Amino acid sequence: MRIAIEKNAKILALFAIACTAVVGLTYELTKGRIKQQEQQELLSTLHAIVPDDAHDNDMSAHCISVNDPLLGANEEQIAYLATKNEQPIAAAITTIAPDGYNGKIHLIVAVNVDGSISGVRTLKHKETPGLGDKIELRKSDWIKDFSGKTLEQLLSNRWAVKKDGGMFDQFTGATITPRAVVKAVKNTAAYFNKHKTTLFEQTNICGADE
Amino acid sequence: MKLNEEYKELAWQGLWKNNPGLVQLLGLCPLLAVTSTVANALGLGLATLLVLVCSNATVSAIRQWVPKEIRIPIFVLIIAAFVTCVQLLMNAYTYGIYQSLGIFLPLIVTNCAIIGRAEAYASKNPIKQASFDGLMMGIGFAAVLVVLGAMREVLGQGTLFDGAHLLLGEWAKTLRIEVLTLDSQFLLAILPPGAFIAMGLLIAVKNAIDDRAAKHQPQVEEQSIERVRVNFES
Repeated sequence: MRIAIEKNAKILALFAIACTAVVGLTYELTKGRIKQQEQQELLSTLHAIVPDDAHDNDMSAHCISVNDPLLGANEEQIAYLATKNEQPIAAAITTIAPDGYNGKIHLIVAVNVDGSISGVRTLKHKETPGLGDKIELRKSDWIKDFSGKTLEQLLSNRWAVKKDGGMFDQFTGATITPRAVVKAVKNTAAYFNKHKTTLFEQTNICGADE
Repeated sequence: MKLNEEYKELAWQGLWKNNPGLVQLLGLCPLLAVTSTVANALGLGLATLLVLVCSNATVSAIRQWVPKEIRIPIFVLIIAAFVTCVQLLMNAYTYGIYQSLGIFLPLIVTNCAIIGRAEAYASKNPIKQASFDGLMMGIGFAAVLVVLGAMREVLGQGTLFDGAHLLLGEWAKTLRIEVLTLDSQFLLAILPPGAFIAMGLLIAVKNAIDDRAAKHQPQVEEQSIERVRVNFES
């Protein structure tokens, strides 16, 4: 009996080691490529919301960690900073719209130093397919409406969906989702305008690859 | 000759008679959840196929060394290892599909079709047959996924192969077909209830075809074949 248990335990351990080795090996082989893919995804998003010719630094390598109730939740967010000749140009801040129809909507909002919106993209969401998912660029151009909106528009009471008397379209059958996004963009811009002088002085946490 | 017969039988079982999706009704959770487009369905189908072939081959290769009492944990270990590898590979090479499949990629581990084949067939048969069985079962499952994905995508969005370039590379952008122009999307088809209804229709169609075939040749007696049906308490 004891011998049988010992034998089985040994066999099981051997298989566990072998399987872990295979997974470890695959991880080692794909690690670089996965990181590269994630980096590329980040770069193309940043490129889409902050024009390349506006700044001369590598945004993906210059970022700071931020945390503020205006950014939707008590979670660490990342702000990627754009500078030209060392002068602040814009910041792309990841943020959360906490009141989506189906939980949190993760966004990245780029704000220029003059307070205007440079661009917005949806990073992750669980909104209803076919209704609320029009906040994705793949489904609709709606999210591009934010690009180029000025500080005055941001502060006016028309910064809302049309149903609330504002200037942004809502979707047929889905008002909650765009409302949440519109509000989150406004809050993020407000956060940036309040803190923009200090943001660019914080220590860079992205830096060069180790 | 006998071997040929066996391969034929395995193919027939996997693709039609004992199809994991339509007859065994295994792995319904990913089947219903990710089939909102053909591209997603194909991505999950191929991932499942790959895991099924690899796990069947491995389980068959080690069948002499595995004591009966601990076979299930070992099968689970092997399957989980292969799923993790496939997940890492898809993360590295098909990033877009990896993102849209989300949690359902690691959930392949819990697909009963895979451990079912390991237990019912691969653990008792030589490597070649076991791999072939995995291949056929995998193709059967992937085919159901793709058909379901196509039905829902055409009805829901009016397109076919939307987003196929995420899986197959840039050239696949030309595959996208606008079948119907819809002013607004047909929500029922995209949401989970649509998946259940479409799945029910598919099973009904399969049963109708089987009934018809049975009526056309009533004189042929049912051959006595080894049942490879899974009786798993999962």
